Amino acid sequence: MGKVVTSTVDASEIAKFEAMAAEWWDPNGKFKPLHMLNPCRLDYITSQIAAEYDRVLGTPAPFDGLRILDIGCGGGLLCEPMARLGAEVVGVDAAGRNIPVAQAHAAQSGLEIDYRHTTAEALAEAGERFDVVLNMEVVEHVADPLAYLTACRQLLKPGGLHICSTINRNPKSFAMAIVGAEYVMRWLPKGTHEWHKFITPDELFELMSQAGLEPVDRKGFVFNPVSWKWRLSDRDLSVNYVTAALAPALPA
Amino acid sequence: MDNPGPDTIVRGMTHDLIIVGGGLNGAALALAAARSGLTACVLDALPRAARMSGDFDGRSYALAQASQRMLAGLGLWDALAEHAQPMNEIKVTDGRVGAAEVFLGLHFQSAELESGPMGYMVEDRHLRPTLLRALDDTDGITLRDGARVTAQAVEATGVTVTLEDGTTVSGRVLVGADGRQSGTATRAGIRRTGWRYGQTALVCAIAHERPHHGVAHQLFLPPGPLAILPLTGNRSSIVWSESTEAAAEIQALPDEAYLEVLRPRFGDFLGEISLAGTRYAYPLGMTLANAFTAPRLALVGDAAHGVHPIAGQGLNAGLRDVAALAHVLDHATRRGEDIAAPQVLDRYQSWRRFDTATLAASTDLFNRLFSTDNPLLRAGRDLGMALVNAAPGLRRGIIREAAGLSGDLPDLMRG
Repeated sequence: MGKVVTSTVDASEIAKFEAMAAEWWDPNGKFKPLHMLNPCRLDYITSQIAAEYDRVLGTPAPFDGLRILDIGCGGGLLCEPMARLGAEVVGVDAAGRNIPVAQAHAAQSGLEIDYRHTTAEALAEAGERFDVVLNMEVVEHVADPLAYLTACRQLLKPGGLHICSTINRNPKSFAMAIVGAEYVMRWLPKGTHEWHKFITPDELFELMSQAGLEPVDRKGFVFNPVSWKWRLSDRDLSVNYVTAALAPALPA
Repeated sequence: MDNPGPDTIVRGMTHDLIIVGGGLNGAALALAAARSGLTACVLDALPRAARMSGDFDGRSYALAQASQRMLAGLGLWDALAEHAQPMNEIKVTDGRVGAAEVFLGLHFQSAELESGPMGYMVEDRHLRPTLLRALDDTDGITLRDGARVTAQAVEATGVTVTLEDGTTVSGRVLVGADGRQSGTATRAGIRRTGWRYGQTALVCAIAHERPHHGVAHQLFLPPGPLAILPLTGNRSSIVWSESTEAAAEIQALPDEAYLEVLRPRFGDFLGEISLAGTRYAYPLGMTLANAFTAPRLALVGDAAHGVHPIAGQGLNAGLRDVAALAHVLDHATRRGEDIAAPQVLDRYQSWRRFDTATLAASTDLFNRLFSTDNPLLRAGRDLGMALVNAAPGLRRGIIREAAGLSGDLPDLMRG
């Protein structure tokens, strides 16, 4: 792919995901860990959006009227649920091969989703604005996290909601996310993650504040090897975690 | 009702769920799904008139507390409460036919549960019409009676079912609630494991002279267990197991001779007894589907598993399937997930298949242990009973299990 305007995306990272794009929708394929984590991610995302925009989950199309951006949309694992809940969804991915995969699947699911091969920075520059920006498992792959988070903030309408998940940096996360997931379980291709790019929750909150976002919540995603399920935790943010932050509201 | 009749076959008109089987589980699932905003088409092979008859035919169900909570959660309990007999106590007794009974000392009382009776006895003539009326009154549910399925096709975008009259119904997920001989499972290529016990359960309702005070009795007799379950008034439901040969002979007897065989087993603690409904005979066996799910398909109730009815757990296990599947679909809907995605249906299977296999094995063991004249086994069993009784924690565990309150409870079964 050609260089898309000024981008903080690391070219070698994009190539890794392009190779995996066709596997997105196989729950037992290479993206099995993401499929396993997805219900837990969706529980967090949907409850945060519902709380912020005063919507009632369980009613028809609760996210009607909300414009949601998913950055690093991959095969559409988050875009499709958001569209099913009634939102107007834009999914962007810096890996071009993901776009036709995601489009084909959305058509099969009977969902209308605007998938684009572009970056957060390019969208921000074009003046696109959203009620919600989903920034899940992306920030640990970008070259300049502060520039990237600043673009995310620019993409939000005043008072908009930014949800960002990533991986903590400590010996446990190294053991779990790299040795465990990539080498032992073979859940992810080797080299998917680089440990030095992982960010601690405090560092992420600091980066978001510098980017002009107001952090409001953080929770851990915890894997239970007995039940083989992920759950949300208030206390354990030692490996995977998720945060919510708000863009500044318009001055009253 | 939405879109009954020909509209359902128009291309593009699809239901979220197509439920094959208009029995108790199928109806309960449609009602539970409707609460999550999911539409359902219930295909009942039987004509409606067969389901609505209000005469007492002798059939009744022992509803565990969790099942009662579920019916309450579906808004059905108000209509059922006045016809339901609470079971306040279960007495387990060991005995030999005609001999004075030996009270085993195993005694379960609802006071050991946090709240309410251990369960309720509800007659089929009340439960079935209540469910059918609720189907009629609920938006998003289409009921087609006399609808026999001849074919089913699963595609990437949905599932299509063909009926005997040539019409088709399309939907997102197909649910087999069509019993032990489930055609839905067979058409999907799901095989079953099963075995027979060489025993038959004789089932009937009796009227008796003296009140039962809401006490259920489980008598372990060498030919097989006899359960006496209290119905409203001075009536009880009997589930009585005998060897297949003996049962065939007893079932063939005229009513009075049948009662003559029952009397020495039953004892005289409730006074004179007489028949109060039709007599039924069910060969006992266990069946377990090798999978509870397939692409775009889930099995519930006897289609997934048929257990020995010794502890009245058949309907309760079926309702637990229904509650678990409804729970999984509800949470998926709230998250915006595709309810037909394999990883969603897998959650139902992994939740229920383990529970069911455990229940099947323990019920089997329980029955084998109690249907014996072997003195060594009897001694060991009596010792076990005494231990259970001496350990309140263990006994409470058994009570909670029987009341359906142990394990991971689906939303609908929580109080």
